[in-house]
Amino acid sequence: MSTIVLLTMTGLGLGALYFLVASGLSLIFGLMDVLNFAHGALLSIGAYGTWWAASGQLPGAGPGGWGFALAVLFGTAVGTLAAVVLELAVVRPLYTRPREQVLATVGVGLAVPALLSGVWGSDARTFPGPEALSGTFALLGADVPVNRLVLVAAAVVVLVALRLFLGRTRHGLVVRAGVEDRAMVTALGIDVRKAFTLVFAIGGCAAALGGALGGLYFGSVDPRQGTSLLIFAFVVVVTGGMGSVTGAAVAAVVIGLVQQFANYYTAAGLGDLAVVVLLAALLLVRPRGLTGRLA
Amino acid sequence: MSTATTPAPAAVSTAPEHGRTRLLRWWPAAVLVLLVVAPWSALPLPGLLDGPVGSPGSLQLLATCLLFGALATGYDLLLGRTGLLSFGHALYFAAGSYATNMFLLEAGLPFAAAAVLGVCFGAALALVLGSVSLRVTGIGFSMVTLAFAQAGSILVSRDPGGFTGGEEGRAAPAELLPSWLVGIDHTANLYWIALAYLVLTLAVVHRAVRSPTGRVWEGIKENERRVEVLGLKPYGFKLTAFVLAGALAAVGGLVHLLLTGGSTPQTTTSDFTLSLLVMVVLGGTGTRWGPMVGGILYTWADHRLGDLAGSGAVADLPAVLRVPLSQPLFLLGVLFVAVVHLLPGGLARLPSRLRRTSEENR
Repeated sequence: MSTIVLLTMTGLGLGALYFLVASGLSLIFGLMDVLNFAHGALLSIGAYGTWWAASGQLPGAGPGGWGFALAVLFGTAVGTLAAVVLELAVVRPLYTRPREQVLATVGVGLAVPALLSGVWGSDARTFPGPEALSGTFALLGADVPVNRLVLVAAAVVVLVALRLFLGRTRHGLVVRAGVEDRAMVTALGIDVRKAFTLVFAIGGCAAALGGALGGLYFGSVDPRQGTSLLIFAFVVVVTGGMGSVTGAAVAAVVIGLVQQFANYYTAAGLGDLAVVVLLAALLLVRPRGLTGRLA
Repeated sequence: MSTATTPAPAAVSTAPEHGRTRLLRWWPAAVLVLLVVAPWSALPLPGLLDGPVGSPGSLQLLATCLLFGALATGYDLLLGRTGLLSFGHALYFAAGSYATNMFLLEAGLPFAAAAVLGVCFGAALALVLGSVSLRVTGIGFSMVTLAFAQAGSILVSRDPGGFTGGEEGRAAPAELLPSWLVGIDHTANLYWIALAYLVLTLAVVHRAVRSPTGRVWEGIKENERRVEVLGLKPYGFKLTAFVLAGALAAVGGLVHLLLTGGSTPQTTTSDFTLSLLVMVVLGGTGTRWGPMVGGILYTWADHRLGDLAGSGAVADLPAVLRVPLSQPLFLLGVLFVAVVHLLPGGLARLPSRLRRTSEENR
């Protein structure tokens, strides 16, 4: 029983991490038809930003208490900024050439981890975290690490915030309409390009937050972390239906749980394998994803 | 990247220049002759290569460059000729390498048989997975190929049954390979094999795109719906391109196995496919020489930029400049983004672009 609880919580934590990456990825793809290969890099930037601040480099920030909250805030802000810069400098000039947009993000996705490993070395760095988040708590007879709970809480907050933003605000309305039919929104005289920058900012923010909290989950940061998470985030995006935030949330939970349980109960690595095979199978059966909406 | 932005090939040959252009048309043969005799040359190329051209170290680097030039050319069959963005090309390359190695090590077959079977395995894998992947189009196809390649990568690194050697990779058994392919004294032979592979790939791709099938590929790239309207089924044509490219990649894997003396899991990763993508786009998609140039340049830069980082010129620079310059992948990534932005069509379009600019200025 305690194993199942632990696996469930770990799977949920992993799913939360996937959701943080995939939600932005899904919105960006839904709105702009750009598969953002630099999204993993944004996560890494968030992780390194937080790590840098929490290691005492930023005044006021530190590994414990409010200092750590400030560090997470700093990392998220840096990641958001990076996403905006990415959209304005790299993606925007290529609006008329969709495939080149993808290629350009591939280039950024290669360059950023290389730069990170150039600055801080290619080896994993220990991630400092507050005492309160490094312990465990008892749940149904299992000792569950607290950081899983932090990730899940963050993902829920992001999900609710995104739902509110998309459902209740004017900008959210433009984004939703743009996902449905970009040409029509443009025809109505709305500058969709502002929405492009906005979804990049939102996606970058969520991914960077994922990076900051992912550091707690993994206990370390390394330059390739974001890229290796990206593939599973793709799986989540496709499974959840491109452009759907709720779909991404459901898919993230399913993928995280499947991966954890399969990895534990069958051979190690089989869970990862199962997930990518699931992606292929799903695309072949339902090319538009689980929720069945048009990308 | 093929539509609208592609400038027409510059018009050549006015009457008095006719004889000269006819001679110029033979430049690939001249380059080939130079490449064939390169191992006998002791010409030093300071900056470009570490030692003289004929030294084993230089030949090894040159052979790797040629191998990747060929591999990029084969990959362009999908990307630039048929318009298929596959993220799983590394799988067929790795399949050629690992399968040959398995047939040698586990089945104890002689090298020739293992090589043929290894390439056949790669082609068969491309046939099976291609026939499945091509059922979806667009970005879905990219994702399915990525998923399959990732599955392959996970399998190789988890090392089921001790066949693949996991993260370490698996060395090819030197005693089972023909003696003229093993050892530092025989680097020239390996170099010639890589060169032969490049020539083979160029010839196959050249013939294929000029065949009737190649015309249909071009049509599919431009507008798949229209090809369907003409009464042709794109699926079969796309599968042909996929299997052909996969088989060429499998041969490349075989050459890589010989060249590096083993199979490494790095060749299975999605990063490997992405680097192929970078090579092709860098050189110019859908052009005859572009992908080859891109592959050679990328591989050379990847190796040499690392040495550059260790050199005194860079080590003395302030950290702001030194750190980015010491990362080849960073430089290549930035270069790639710059090419995508500033030079649509890649390096292959550079001459015609320059010519046009100079004509406009005249």
